[in-house]
Amino acid sequence: MYQSQSVIGQTVGAKDAALADCVWPADGLNAIPDWVYTSQEVYDREMERIFHGDTWNFVALEAEIPKPGDYKRSYVGATPVVVTRAEDGSIHVFENRCAHRGAEFCRSSQGNANEFVCPYHQWSYDLKGNLQGIPFKRGVNKAGGMPRDFRNEDHGLRKLHVTAYHGVVFASYSDKVEPIEQYLTPEILEDFNVAFPGKPLKILGYYRNEVPCNWKMYHENLKDPYHATLLHSFLVVFGLLVAGNKSMMLADSTHGRHGIMGSAKTDDLYADVNPETKKEMRSFKDGMRLRDERFLNFVKEFDSPWSVTMQTVWPNLVVQREMNTLGVRQIVPNGPNSLIMNWIMFGYEDDTEEMTRHRLRQGNLMGPSGFLGLEDNEAMKFVQEGVRRSSSDINILKLDSGKVGTSESLISEAAIRAMYQYYRGVMEF
Amino acid sequence: MLNTMKTDYSYTPSRIDPAQSQLLRAQINEFHAEYCAVLDTGDVELWPEFFTDDALYRITSRENAELNLPVGLVYAEGRDMMHDRAVAIARTQMFAPRHTLHLVTNVRIIDETDSGEIEAQANFLLVQTLIEGPSTVHLAGRYYDRFVRAQNHRLLLKERQVIHDTAILANDLVYPV
Repeated sequence: MYQSQSVIGQTVGAKDAALADCVWPADGLNAIPDWVYTSQEVYDREMERIFHGDTWNFVALEAEIPKPGDYKRSYVGATPVVVTRAEDGSIHVFENRCAHRGAEFCRSSQGNANEFVCPYHQWSYDLKGNLQGIPFKRGVNKAGGMPRDFRNEDHGLRKLHVTAYHGVVFASYSDKVEPIEQYLTPEILEDFNVAFPGKPLKILGYYRNEVPCNWKMYHENLKDPYHATLLHSFLVVFGLLVAGNKSMMLADSTHGRHGIMGSAKTDDLYADVNPETKKEMRSFKDGMRLRDERFLNFVKEFDSPWSVTMQTVWPNLVVQREMNTLGVRQIVPNGPNSLIMNWIMFGYEDDTEEMTRHRLRQGNLMGPSGFLGLEDNEAMKFVQEGVRRSSSDINILKLDSGKVGTSESLISEAAIRAMYQYYRGVMEF
Repeated sequence: MLNTMKTDYSYTPSRIDPAQSQLLRAQINEFHAEYCAVLDTGDVELWPEFFTDDALYRITSRENAELNLPVGLVYAEGRDMMHDRAVAIARTQMFAPRHTLHLVTNVRIIDETDSGEIEAQANFLLVQTLIEGPSTVHLAGRYYDRFVRAQNHRLLLKERQVIHDTAILANDLVYPV
């Protein structure tokens, strides 16, 4: 992987703190120290304790690998893996690293294969990651070759635990992690089942972008309903989200690590913003109207009180249900200062062609060129640059102070507080 | 698959007489120069004027194009959607200031129908410069175009598929390509 904008590429030494110097500020729930975003040692511990720890990591949608032999490249944390469907229909996830000399052997984003052959010395693996063959295993002319006691079954690819729920595939390094339904917790599961009722999905396409910010900022952004009514004037102008709309910011009540930001669109196409609210939102533009209103239409296809939910599933999944444009985002950490975002946009097999077009049109809201998506990416880049290069080192988290977890108000940071309370426990800060 | 959208991005030999191709190439080069000048000077609200009322405009990765997946980073059915996007970018969106520079080359004229519809391709490089940033190749790819003539004989795009090789986009793509 790589970082694409490298002129502003230096982190102030103090911000790249050693673990021993990482002491959480005294006003713990109301402050986040910059080093959580900028320290390589903190990042390394996150990879070990979070992404390789007792978590389920999103790796694929089953609709991407429907047939035996189908595979795709993916990631668990920053670790490259391959997701496959074997001849018997089972799904497997293993590291994309040849057991011999470490080559990342699978080079295509996706495809169909009978086996994987490492191009370097042609060691071959079956679709479950077992070592099948080694050329010249017994040497040539009775010379060379592998020792007699070399057993193929001891030298397969590093395999991960796999679970699939309603067409969504997760992997884990942990054998202690709870079953996925339990992992998601009841509140999250209920909304998860709205976009993933178990009916066949249709993949509409991919976006891939690098966001030059720490991976946790992406979670925070979706646990921060405060920004949505301020940064995204497009939402406000067109009534998709207005401070005072029916809305929720939920943090799962088990750990506080997953979340749902939800809002209910009113029946009017455009928002009626009262003068007092208007005064607080300096980006508000009165009287903006679309020439083509089709893309704001909301086809009520789900049994849910929310027209929009943005779900964060710890540690690497975002489920986007923005009216009728649906997608998942896989967060791939790329060092403390960067992440790669893999987006998979989808609909359902039984969508009409007009519904597919509607999803595509509404897709202009999201993604790296989306009216909302690009503003988030810009804002998070600004924050990462700020925390890397400044001399001050504390983020203030005092909205709705004293509250940790779910909040009824959009003007709240209670869900971010819940996430960091959980994070500090796992990381021992 | 959607009716009006191009779905085959494999190599297509030109089916047009070389003399006619040369004539059209000159006009289409002229078109690209004006189109890019509008984008590169930051007049994004003029951008929709290069399209017909019912034009289809999509920016997508080569990965999506080759898998025949319809999603677009930008997906506009008709000039009104392009107009709404242009206004949103120019007047409501928050992003760091930037300059873009388009370089268009390898113009190929594939075909011209009796009704005057022209199928053409061109390679592009989009260079982006941020404040205190390097000038980077932000997007590399190819235009797959269908042109028609307006009443005054001016060329207009009826379809533009912007298919980019760039696999991982640097942060975001603000302006149309």
